[in-house]
Amino acid sequence: MSDKITQRLPKWTWLILPVVLLLGSIALFFATNPLEPLGVQAPPIEEVTVERTVLDEEGIHLTVRVNGSEPVKIAQVLVDDAYWEFTQTPKGSLSRLSTAKIDIPYPWVRHELHEIKLITSTGATFSHTIEIAEPTPAWSLQRVGAYILLGIYIGVIPVGLGLLFYPYLKTLGSKGLNFLLTLTIGLLAYLFIDTLQEGFEISQQTAGVFSGNLLVWLTTGIAFLIIFAVGRRGGQAPEGLSLATYLAFGIGLHNLGEGLAVGAAMASGEAALGSFLVVGFTLHNLTEGIGIAAPLLSRKTSFGTFVNLTLLAGLPAAAGTLIGAFSYAPHWGAILFAIGAGAILQVIVEVGVFLTKNAPSKSWFTVPNLTGFVLGVAIMYGTALLVAV
Amino acid sequence: MSPKFSRKFFLKTGLFSGAATLLGSLFSGLGQKDQPTYNGEQSPKTAAQNKGHGAMTTMGQVDHQRNGFDPHQMLTDWDTGNVSTLPNGQTLREYEISAIDKEIEIAPGIFFPAWTYNGRVPGPTLRCTEGDRIRIHFINAGSHAHTIHFHGIHSSSMDGIPGTGPGMIGPAESFTYEFDAAPFGCHLYHCHSTPLKRHIHKGLYGAFIVDPDPERHPEYEDTARSRLLGTKENERWQEFIIVMNGFDTNFDNDNEVYAANTVAFAYQHKPIKVQHDQPIRVYLINITEFDPINSFHLHANFFDFYDHGTTLTPTNENIDTVMMCQAQRGILEFSFEDFEPGKYMFHAHQSEFAELGWMSFFDVVNKDAEISV
Repeated sequence: MSDKITQRLPKWTWLILPVVLLLGSIALFFATNPLEPLGVQAPPIEEVTVERTVLDEEGIHLTVRVNGSEPVKIAQVLVDDAYWEFTQTPKGSLSRLSTAKIDIPYPWVRHELHEIKLITSTGATFSHTIEIAEPTPAWSLQRVGAYILLGIYIGVIPVGLGLLFYPYLKTLGSKGLNFLLTLTIGLLAYLFIDTLQEGFEISQQTAGVFSGNLLVWLTTGIAFLIIFAVGRRGGQAPEGLSLATYLAFGIGLHNLGEGLAVGAAMASGEAALGSFLVVGFTLHNLTEGIGIAAPLLSRKTSFGTFVNLTLLAGLPAAAGTLIGAFSYAPHWGAILFAIGAGAILQVIVEVGVFLTKNAPSKSWFTVPNLTGFVLGVAIMYGTALLVAV
Repeated sequence: MSPKFSRKFFLKTGLFSGAATLLGSLFSGLGQKDQPTYNGEQSPKTAAQNKGHGAMTTMGQVDHQRNGFDPHQMLTDWDTGNVSTLPNGQTLREYEISAIDKEIEIAPGIFFPAWTYNGRVPGPTLRCTEGDRIRIHFINAGSHAHTIHFHGIHSSSMDGIPGTGPGMIGPAESFTYEFDAAPFGCHLYHCHSTPLKRHIHKGLYGAFIVDPDPERHPEYEDTARSRLLGTKENERWQEFIIVMNGFDTNFDNDNEVYAANTVAFAYQHKPIKVQHDQPIRVYLINITEFDPINSFHLHANFFDFYDHGTTLTPTNENIDTVMMCQAQRGILEFSFEDFEPGKYMFHAHQSEFAELGWMSFFDVVNKDAEISV
C-alpha cells in the first residue's frame, strides 16, 4: 500500500519532504530548547587565528579570522606584554568565520621577536608570534623580478640542466631505462612525502574550523583521482611524452609549493637565503629533470618539447615564490601543497605501471630496480640537507 | 634582503632578467592594493624610524556605572561602619559584608567573572580606630564557600580559615566575626577558603585600616592624631587607598591585567587630582596573585614609608620605590609642595606590570582648583 502512495505522488515530493522536515525539526529544536534539562550553560567558545602579518613603517598589521559559538569581540591588543593602541576594521563584534584587519602602530624592532596577544571580551587570549621582525616586502617591479628570478633559479634551471643529460641517458639501453625509472620513483616518493609534510605543517596555522589536516588528506586524494582520471581518459595509462608531461606537471606543482615556502620564509625574514641555499636547490631539483627525461628515452624528442617540459616543471616555482612572498592565507597554502602531493602520487602510479610494462622479465622487483629506488630517495634526501631552512 | 638582489645580481643573470621582467609585468596586477610601496630598493624603514609609534594603553572606556564602583571614588571611600558604644564604653563598629558572584569590567571590554565582597573589587575599605570592637556580619551570597580572614590580632576561632571556628561559610550561610581592632596600621582582609589562590585572585580581598589612638601614644601624639580619621590634624592630609591587584582572565595562572584598584590604567586615563600644598598619605596594599612581588614607584619625588603602618616613625625614609610581597602593605607619606603643577607618574616598577595596566598619574594642582576625585 505504501508503495502505491509513493508511486502516486510526484517524484519531487521525496526531494522536498526531507528538506521541509529538516527545517521543521531545526525550528522545533530552537523553539523548545530540548537541551535545557542538561543544564548546558557554558561560556562561549572562541577562536581567533592570525592568518597574515604585515610589518611596515606604520607598525604591525594583522588579518585575523574568528570562530566561535557567539560573535567574538576583540577587547584589547597586547604587544610584548603591553597593552597597545589599535584599530580594527570592521569595528565591533566579529561573526563566525569572518575576518578583520587589526592595525597596531607599534615601534617593532627589526630582526627581533614580537609576541602579540589578542584578548576577547571574555578574557580569553590568543597569541601570535612574529619570529623575526622584517619589513614585509611591498609590491615593486624590481622585487617581483627578483622573486621570479629566485623561482627560476630553484625551478627552471635545475630541471633544464637535468634534461640536458638526455642524450647521454639515451645511450644506456633498456637496463639503464629501468634503472632511471626506479630512480624517478624513488625521487617521486621523496617528493610526495615532503610535499605532504609541508602541507601538514602549514595546515597547523589555519583556523581550527578548516580542519587543516583533513583538508590536506582530502585534497590530496581528490587531486590524485582527478589527475589519474584525466591521464587515463583515453582508456590506457600514459606513456612516453604524455607520461613525461604528467611528470613535469606533478613536479611543477611540487615546485610551486617549494617556491611558496621559500618565498614566504624569505619575506618573513625566517630564512637568510644565501647563494649557498640557491645552489643547494639547484642540485636538489636537478634530479627532477632526469626523472622527466626517463620516459622519453625510447622515442625521438624535439628541442621545443624539452623547453616546454622545463617550463612546465620549473616555472611554477617562480609563481610560488611570488605568492609566498606577497600574499596567501595558510589554508590556501595547505590546499596547494595537497594538490601537489596528489599530482605526484599520480605520476608515481603511472611511472610504476610504465616500469612493470617495460620490464624485460616478469619480475620487476630486482636488485637494480631497488637500487635505483633507494638511490633516488637518497639523492633527494642528501641534497635536501643543503636546503634545510 | 635587498643586498641579495642587487643590480650586480641582475646583471650577472642577464640571461633570465628579460624573462623575469616579462613575468613581472604579468604578475604586477596581483597583490595588495592598499599597501604603501617603498622607494625601489631602498631599505624599508621600520615603524620606530617613522611615525608608527602609538601609545601604550588600552582602547575604550570602562563602564564604572555597570561595575557599580569607580576607582576614583574608591580612593577615599572609607567605610567606618555602624558606630555605637558598648556598656563598657568601648566603641562598637558593625559591618555587613556579603560575598557576591559578579562579572566586572577590569579593562575596557574585558569582563572578569569575579567573586566580590559587597559587589566591588577590592571590597569595602574598613576603617576604625585601634581598640574598637569590630563586628562583621558575613553573609555568603555566592556560589562557593568563603571566609573573611583579617590580618590583625584576634582569637583562633575568628581567624576565618578552614578548620577553626566556623571554618568555611557555605553558600547561603552566614557568620559574625568579632574582635578588637589591633594593632594600628594598614592591614587587609581576604577570603581564606581553599583553593586559596583562586579565592584571592577572583577578587575576595579589601583594605582594613586601623588608625592609631593618640591617647595610647603620648610620645607621638601629633603623628597619631594626623593618622586618625576625623581629627583636625587629619583633615589637611590627602589620603588614598591603593590596592595593587591583578587578574588572570584566561585562568592560566598568569595575570593578563595589573592595576591599582582593579581597573587597568584607570589613573592614567584620568589622573588623581592632588593639591600641591597638602601632604599626601597613601595606604598601599599588595594582593597580586601569581607574581612574587609588586611595587610602587613615584616619579620626581620621594616618600617616607611605614611598613605595615604599625609604627609612627618611618621604617624607610626618603625612598622613591618600595617593593612588597603578597599581603605586604604600608603607608607612604609625601608632598608636592613647591613642585611645578602638572602630571607626576607613579606605577609598578616591574615594567611588565606597568604596561599591563598598573600605570597611574597624580595631577598636582594649585589650591585654587578644587579636588574632584
